Amino acid sequence: MSLIDVRSLTLGYENRTVLRDLSFCVDEGDYLCIVGENGSGKSTLMKTLLGLQKPFGGEIIFGDGLKHTEIGYLPQQTVVQKDFPASVREIVLSGCQARCGLRPFYNREEKQLADRNMERMGIKEYSRRCYRDLSGGQQQRVLLARALCATRKILLLDEPVSGLDPMVTAEMYELIEGLNKEGITIIMISHDISAAVCYAGKILHIGKKTFFGTKEEYMASDIGKLFIMSEEGGANA
Amino acid sequence: MLDKLIDYLQYPFVQYALIVGVLIALCSSLIGVSLVLKRFSFIGDGLSHVAFGAMAIASVLNLTNQMIIVMPVTVVSAILLLRTGRNAKIKGDAAIAMISVGALALGYLLMNIFSTSSNLTGDVCSTLFGSTSMLTLTLTDVIVCGVISAIVVALFLIFYNKIFAVTFDESFATAVGTRSNRYNLLLAMIIAVIIVLAMNLVGSLLISALIIFPALSSMRLFKSFRSVTIFSAVLSVICAVSGIIISILAGTPVGATIVAADVGAFLICTLVGIFKK
Ligand SMILES: Nc1ncnc2c1ncn2[C@@H]1O[C@H](COP(=O)(O)OP(=O)(O)OP(=O)(O)O)[C@@H](O)[C@H]1O
Ligand SMILES: [Mg+2]
Repeated sequence: MSLIDVRSLTLGYENRTVLRDLSFCVDEGDYLCIVGENGSGKSTLMKTLLGLQKPFGGEIIFGDGLKHTEIGYLPQQTVVQKDFPASVREIVLSGCQARCGLRPFYNREEKQLADRNMERMGIKEYSRRCYRDLSGGQQQRVLLARALCATRKILLLDEPVSGLDPMVTAEMYELIEGLNKEGITIIMISHDISAAVCYAGKILHIGKKTFFGTKEEYMASDIGKLFIMSEEGGANA
Repeated sequence: MLDKLIDYLQYPFVQYALIVGVLIALCSSLIGVSLVLKRFSFIGDGLSHVAFGAMAIASVLNLTNQMIIVMPVTVVSAILLLRTGRNAKIKGDAAIAMISVGALALGYLLMNIFSTSSNLTGDVCSTLFGSTSMLTLTLTDVIVCGVISAIVVALFLIFYNKIFAVTFDESFATAVGTRSNRYNLLLAMIIAVIIVLAMNLVGSLLISALIIFPALSSMRLFKSFRSVTIFSAVLSVICAVSGIIISILAGTPVGATIVAADVGAFLICTLVGIFKK
């Protein structure tokens, strides 16, 4: 049985359908990359997978006893109100909320986990700073650390490297690969097609045409060749 | 002046007012931080008017224990307002304005038509702005207030981390398995309870001030959720105590004096915040 089985899913906003009749599955230990043009519905798909919005039709089946509390998530955008008082540490710790269930306070292990993930993302030294006062890239790292705290079986990332400098981007990919090797399933949305075909095992391409298969199949397919060419052309231009 | 104060402190009704004042100030400021950040303050405003309407109905029915009507009506309205405010984006604001102004007008109308009291304006005024004399608090009031405050504070402490998570980023919280809707509901219900409690002290029109000001003042000075919450609780209690004492000594209306103290504290915090930068 697959970890996540998506069957003829149709999704969108209010009365606008964004994606129609989409089927794919994610097995335990997979590294799936979702690619597609801007506005093709990648983020919407991810939100639907997470249960943040209801699908119009079709099914999402969580197999292997996957629970929501085992999911880590990095949103593409987090709209945080101006002046929101929240320190980096408070935010990263809030990634552990699912672990503690109804227990009111975080225990030592969870605090250590938060510290370790802050170290991993190189944000330890400003753990007491206010989130709103950080740069965009620094904020992204905070949210990544929070997502890592929440992850136990599967990690969903919506454009994790956007806004990161090249050094951290490379480290980020290494880190995600490492997590994947430890057995954590990865679903990542990315515009960085060269990284996608380098690290991912499977590719889901959505848009006017849909493709789902291994990256080797994708690179051999017409839709894949065309997309890789256009993205790389775009990147070089 | 100090003698006069110590003299007054002997009276049970002054002690009651101080106890109730501190408790309400504490509860409202704890919840206030989330309320302001979640942009739920409009709900607080709407609810205070609903509570006024319910109070009017209760007094028309000549109930001895008005809480029996006021509390459930306000809690149910809190839940309804939360629903409408979330689902229909544009209509939410209008619905709240409608409900709150409607309740206010209806309440006044009812009191006007059916009231047997000889001092109608005084009655209305004290429901809206709090009683001028604090003689109205009985020992039972104090005990009820104490129990409810204890529950509110306990709930807040138990769910502190969840409340932070849901306030900061509701979609992340939901995605990782936190039942955000439940916590929103909990918040709405706590607001409703606090509003009903606070009506005795500051009156229904001034409650929002009690909820919002300490949080806003604290946000000028502090940068983490925890420090903002703690400071706003401390500030709110200080303002309530000094407001009550000043009102005793100067003979000013209690509710308005407390709110004035909150406004003063807000101005000071804003100034300090500017100089700190
Ligand atoms: N909140 C919303 N309400 C209504 N329509 C929306 C909303 N958010 C996105 N859309 C529409 O849904 C479509 C898919 O959006 P989505 O954010 O899923 O795209 P995406 O593939 O993630 O794009 P990008 O690469 O830019 O992140 C777009 O056409 C967009 O206009
Ligand atoms: Mg997107």
